[in-house]
Amino acid sequence: MAVGEVMRMEIPAGGELPVTTPELHVLAVDDSIVDRKVIERLLRISSCKVTTVESGTRALQYLGLDGGKGASNLKDLKVNLIVTDYSMPGLTGYDLLKKIKESSAFREVPVVIMSSENILPRIEECLKEGAEEFLLKPVKLADVKRIKQLILRNEAEECKTLSHSNKRKLQEDCDTSSSSSSSSSSHDDSSVKDTPSSKRMKSESENLSSLF
Amino acid sequence: MDTLIAQLQRQFRDYTISLYHQGFLDDQFTELKKLQDECSPDFVAEVVTLFFEDCEKLISNMARALDQTGNVDFKLVGSSVHQLKGSSSSVGAKRVKGLCVTLKECCDSQNYEGCVRCLQQVDIEYKTLKAKLQDLFNLEQQIVQAGGRIPQVDI
Repeated sequence: MAVGEVMRMEIPAGGELPVTTPELHVLAVDDSIVDRKVIERLLRISSCKVTTVESGTRALQYLGLDGGKGASNLKDLKVNLIVTDYSMPGLTGYDLLKKIKESSAFREVPVVIMSSENILPRIEECLKEGAEEFLLKPVKLADVKRIKQLILRNEAEECKTLSHSNKRKLQEDCDTSSSSSSSSSSHDDSSVKDTPSSKRMKSESENLSSLF
Repeated sequence: MDTLIAQLQRQFRDYTISLYHQGFLDDQFTELKKLQDECSPDFVAEVVTLFFEDCEKLISNMARALDQTGNVDFKLVGSSVHQLKGSSSSVGAKRVKGLCVTLKECCDSQNYEGCVRCLQQVDIEYKTLKAKLQDLFNLEQQIVQAGGRIPQVDI
């Protein structure tokens, strides 16, 4: 059976990959207990797994980015999205965004900033620092659904990129590691790094290609 | 013939509509109702409970700050009212939110008298809303106890 034939069967013409969508795990950061309750419910009702924390400092601790002892059991920590309030005492959402983007482990994770204030320079500053989106509070179900679609689409495209590169590998009988084809993310370096999300996508697409 | 359930449902509908029309609630409250279902049947009640606790705490903080005559920490009052404005916005407490905006302005201009007056109004307003929502939840309970369904109210 030719490799091409199997591939035609497995991958539909639309280019959608038949991988099951794993539940997104979202880390939500907000100092307001009311807002934490609401965002948690918004995300749960959108079929996401949610972890809420009350500050930027707690978020860094959770992610193991605070230089503390928590880092050892974080190998399996999968966070697909971080949603954070902007105005928080101590570390602001912007500070948290910067720290996340500076980290090697989580810089690929999309970060969404929420704020009750529609301040253009603030929005621009966050987007420039790599925020995926800026949501105006109060956050609605439609906002969360939209963000979720965005994240899923980004991840599917990353996966497609990896799978295409695997296809080429098979065809060319080449055994180099993942190609540097540009992904849909907004980051400057286009090579797909071994971050938690791309690792998971890679292993799933490897499972796919092992069928051939 | 109007059954008890139908009467209660009508009362519930009318009361809900009046709360919106009188400006107590806005469409964010409607958004919260969307998040309530069989899995989370008390979601709205839980959120508003947290909100009213927040009100109590923040108003108390602000009152204490304003009490320091001659040495009022307007920055503290400002940050507390910012938080209260945020949570009132998140639950759809329209009048409370409006008063927070006014209070914030008084605070920014360090208008002591204005702050004190406004804070009193915020206090009255959140307590009023709390009583009204309690009435609404009681109506819901009565409907359920009578074996009826809580109607969907389109504002």
